[in-house]
Amino acid sequence: MIVVGGGLAGLAAAYTLARHGLEVLVLERGDYAGAKSLTGGRMYINPIRDLFPELWPKAPFERPIVREGVMIMAAESSLSLNYTGAELASEPFQSYSVLRAKFDRWFAREAERQGASIVTKTRVDDVIIQDGQVCGVRAGGEELRADVVIACDGVLSLIAKKAGLREPGGPKDYAVGVKEVIELDAGLIEERFGLEESEGAACLFMGAVTKGIFGGGFLYTNKNSLSLGIVVGIEDLMSSESATSVPALLEDFKQRAEIARLIKGGTTVEYGAHVIPEGGLASLTGLYGSGILVAGDAAGFSLNIGITVRGMEYAMASGYYAAKTVLKAREKNDYSAQMLSSYQVMLNESFVMKDFHSFKNAPSALNNPRLYAHYPELINDIMADLYEVPAGPKERLYPTVKKHLNWREMLAMAGDMRKVMKL
Amino acid sequence: MNDTLGLKAKLGLNVFKPNEHRHIAIKPGMEKDPRLKRTVLVCPAGLYTVAPDNTVELTVDGCLECGTCLIACGIDVLDWDYPPGGTGVQYRFG
Repeated sequence: MIVVGGGLAGLAAAYTLARHGLEVLVLERGDYAGAKSLTGGRMYINPIRDLFPELWPKAPFERPIVREGVMIMAAESSLSLNYTGAELASEPFQSYSVLRAKFDRWFAREAERQGASIVTKTRVDDVIIQDGQVCGVRAGGEELRADVVIACDGVLSLIAKKAGLREPGGPKDYAVGVKEVIELDAGLIEERFGLEESEGAACLFMGAVTKGIFGGGFLYTNKNSLSLGIVVGIEDLMSSESATSVPALLEDFKQRAEIARLIKGGTTVEYGAHVIPEGGLASLTGLYGSGILVAGDAAGFSLNIGITVRGMEYAMASGYYAAKTVLKAREKNDYSAQMLSSYQVMLNESFVMKDFHSFKNAPSALNNPRLYAHYPELINDIMADLYEVPAGPKERLYPTVKKHLNWREMLAMAGDMRKVMKL
Repeated sequence: MNDTLGLKAKLGLNVFKPNEHRHIAIKPGMEKDPRLKRTVLVCPAGLYTVAPDNTVELTVDGCLECGTCLIACGIDVLDWDYPPGGTGVQYRFG
């Protein structure tokens, strides 16, 4: 078996196959597994806890997330919501911040310990197709043969395209994320975010952070650093009137007073970028073919539902189910598309496809410019008026709010609400 | 200082392993394509620039291999591949 790509999907597949005694080779183009991996920063464990039960106790996570925040930013003001709860603050923790170079390298060692071979510094250039069946790959001028190729080569999905399973995607189905890792003393992190020792916080930002473009900002606390970044829709960014570049958006975000005080004294140690699939269910095509399975970002397994943005659990789960599919196919020594279609069945029965079906309307509901420009300004204007104590008499509260919500506004809100209700 | 860090300096924080190969190239005749002009804004590493003669130029040093330009422009405009194995950006944190 050949796995293309030593990210979470590929390593989950390799780990699972090797654990069942199969010979598996992972081809990774980076210097080490994780060298080309980038996340915003948080992994949710519950959906995949039972798939790798023995792994979690020793996994090199950064901090468990015990505090969830949302900040709605207007041009010169912001409204914050923070959620804490006993269920977040106690074991088993629901989610952890994570740095992928560290996590993936560890996961690769665990896969090797199970017997998987991981070859780094090797880019896969093509797939070998014979009689309509994928039967190996070309890498570094060599032909490597395998019963099945599991394509876990990331969001651009070049291998699946070479195998004829997927068409090139357009700008509307993808977002780009940029992130800085900012080193900061652990004690300062805990003080600034109101955390106990080793606890972590997450915060999402919407509104002025993207200058009204589809997307948002994020901040995760790691052990000794912060992951701070923004994500913006590529199509929206290309068609936006405001000629702001992606790097400038991140710089402006960092200079906001709300952010500047959180990162003060920190040192940026890395700047990364990564494309994120945002097409949802509609863009999940070509998950399998004769002799090939596609998992992780390469298959489009990333889901933005506004309040959570998830990909890593889907990557690990799809890698796991790809391995299970191969194990089943091996019993019959049949690697045809028909046999490998049980991958689709397993995914359908798992949380993976169930989530994608539940949130199939998320891309269209969230692709509403009013969510990123109009509402953040509106809510902050209302808050400003509510908190204002003027020189003269203060207006009653209800009329204060009401004047922002005329019939035209209410009508537009009802329209937007109908879309949001599909979430 | 963090907030005055220019993009070049920011990219300079990363570990890059050099290679001779230009893994992304603008296809001949496509240098003025409108999609390329928008790519100037979307490339996280700021590698696309508009020259005085209105053509778009590309340098691949500092490429983060994210693929945003490929998504933005498509294969009609760009020849795009990952850099050879063991070269390019090597994230230490990710």
